[in-house]
Amino acid sequence: MAKMTGKEMVLEALKREGVDVIFGFPGGAIIDVYDTLEKDGTIKHVLVRHEQGAAHAADGYARASGKVGVCIATSGPGATNTVTGIATAYLDSIPMVIFTGQVPTALIGNDAFQEVDIVGITRPCTKHNYLVKDVKDLPRVLKEAFYVARSGRPGPVLIDLPKDVQNGKAEFVYPQEIKLRSYNPVIEPHGKQVERAYRLIEKAKRPVIYAGGGIIISNADAELRALAQAMHIPVTMTLMGLGGFPGSHDLSLGMLGMHGTYCANMAMANSDVIIAVGARFDDRVTGKIEAFAPLAKIIHVDIDPTSIQKNVKVDVPIVGDCKRILKKLLDIVKDVGRPDEAWIDQHKAWLEQLDTWKKRHPLTYKMEPGVIKPQNVIERLYEMTKGRAIITTEVGQNQMWTAQFYKFDHTRTLLTSGGLGTMGYGLPAAIGAQMAFPDKLVVDVAGDGSIQMNIQELATAMEQCLPVKIVILNNQFLGMVRQWQELFYDRCYASTEFTMTPDFVKLAEAYGAKGFRATRPEEIDDVLSKGLEAKGLAIMEFAIAREEGVFPMVPAGKATTEMLLV
Amino acid sequence: MKHTLSVLVENTPGALSRITGLFSGRAFNIESLNVAATLDPTLSHLTLVTRGDEHIIEQIIKQLRRLIDVLKVVDVSEGEFVEREMSLIKVRAEDESRAEILRISDIFRCKIVDVSPKSYTLEVTGPESKLKAVIELLRPIGIKEISRTGNIAMMREKKTI
Repeated sequence: MAKMTGKEMVLEALKREGVDVIFGFPGGAIIDVYDTLEKDGTIKHVLVRHEQGAAHAADGYARASGKVGVCIATSGPGATNTVTGIATAYLDSIPMVIFTGQVPTALIGNDAFQEVDIVGITRPCTKHNYLVKDVKDLPRVLKEAFYVARSGRPGPVLIDLPKDVQNGKAEFVYPQEIKLRSYNPVIEPHGKQVERAYRLIEKAKRPVIYAGGGIIISNADAELRALAQAMHIPVTMTLMGLGGFPGSHDLSLGMLGMHGTYCANMAMANSDVIIAVGARFDDRVTGKIEAFAPLAKIIHVDIDPTSIQKNVKVDVPIVGDCKRILKKLLDIVKDVGRPDEAWIDQHKAWLEQLDTWKKRHPLTYKMEPGVIKPQNVIERLYEMTKGRAIITTEVGQNQMWTAQFYKFDHTRTLLTSGGLGTMGYGLPAAIGAQMAFPDKLVVDVAGDGSIQMNIQELATAMEQCLPVKIVILNNQFLGMVRQWQELFYDRCYASTEFTMTPDFVKLAEAYGAKGFRATRPEEIDDVLSKGLEAKGLAIMEFAIAREEGVFPMVPAGKATTEMLLV
Repeated sequence: MKHTLSVLVENTPGALSRITGLFSGRAFNIESLNVAATLDPTLSHLTLVTRGDEHIIEQIIKQLRRLIDVLKVVDVSEGEFVEREMSLIKVRAEDESRAEILRISDIFRCKIVDVSPKSYTLEVTGPESKLKAVIELLRPIGIKEISRTGNIAMMREKKTI
């Protein structure tokens, strides 16, 4: 068999894994791989302006498409710049493969130029990582990396490639299938456990489905909808789960947790059976753990056994793939064949109660004459784009207002950094999503703070002619921290006010994009339609009420029923 | 409560660091740790002594199993098991204390592995309680240096990891 160089193996593996686009930034230690990719020309490479952007773009591509996102960077600073992006993907279980260049093996450990122990640095924020010291190992490592990234609970996998390994030669035998003796995620659930879960649900008077990002990752949205409808059980979603169940559905209670709806938090607090699917009872969801869902028996469906019993005691744990488990549950529902009316009767009082809560404190905000309310902007954005947009967000108030007021009806239409909460995620993620779906409308909802964290990626988007739309909710504050300072720190606005903000319209123009600004409520629609209809990239800036807060809000450490309302 | 975990892990660079990193990153504690290759040189056997309530131990075991390099994790202290530790103890040995040290060594079936005009080095093997007893007896005489292996453990009877 003809021998192949390491860099050729990388190219070959990308092709075999069906990778069509990668995001990256070159440098001395990865120049050889770049050379091979360029000369071959099959794999589209998106040159970013900062390696963090490459990692987020690969992440956005993965979230939007469900495929493995791939990014590439050089050694040292190139590699360290990807770390925030890797951690972001890790916390949200996003399948990604990251290639980093490394100094030649002979120099490793010598503090060589642009050397850093990236495998050591990323060990706690990757699902797995590899330093390839021998080119002979590379084919196996490449295959393993993609397999590990996408299987089980997905996550980022990093491959560190020393320069001599990129240029070394070996036989290329790419395994068709892979079986690791130490890694066999449980996909198929335990049948008995699913039956136990059904029996618990069958008796429940006040059941609620608590759906997380696992629904989206395992493409279980159709099964979730079918199940909720078949049993007439309401559904609340985590930030990561939004879109996994239609936000405008009658059975949707919206998001739960710190900035969740009154109804969703009340439902959890009063429920007798909680069916958690692909969610992990994170502190933003449970609030004060001792006071969380005191009356409920808990069924917990998750592919990762470590998520189960981590934060709350679970009555029926089911380990496996969400989609398969929901399918099995649905089969039981069909087999048992309880009439529709039986379910309706059983949950009637509960659904009425939920409706009362919904009406008592719906998501709302106060309109003020002459002042743009951010919630209003999101509502109008939803009205004008519903069903056809992929929305990315930055992190902070912009993210929460989007989660609350944009009703996500379809899976994989909200791309947001939930676990790590990475400001600067939205723009590069939008680039990744737009690369995956060139014909879809992709909108980044940003704040004036977070958009500036990766603003350099405007150049990337322009270079690739990507018609990404950016909504900037400008309050000249780091709004979420300001809100905490207002509520819990005697309004001492320590370092949260921006006394200098760039002119975003001019900034757009400087990059060759279109910029529009609204300063009064009556301009919202005009600016939105101009921006959305503009041919290429457009920034829509909204000068919003400066001290608007996100409500409801459960103060950190409080019970989720102790909500601060509008 | 104290738990002794037996862990089978791929004998690859970084595998140990993944395990220790997991403990420090998730604020679990390690009382002792012992690692060496098994009969199969591609695998390492790791014995880890840790403390925590049931909930924490469950998390530790699950988190260890989640590591890609980890094949198997067993809480050997859940059932019947044997546990041994070895220690080398260098103790000041001058004049009248030399005989006393030899007596203690004899009682605890220690071995003298090094002798010098001013010190003895003892090799002690046994369960933790025995090591503790020897150390307590030698301490007043003057321990100059001590090196312990940490526990190794095995389930009794037919059970294997």
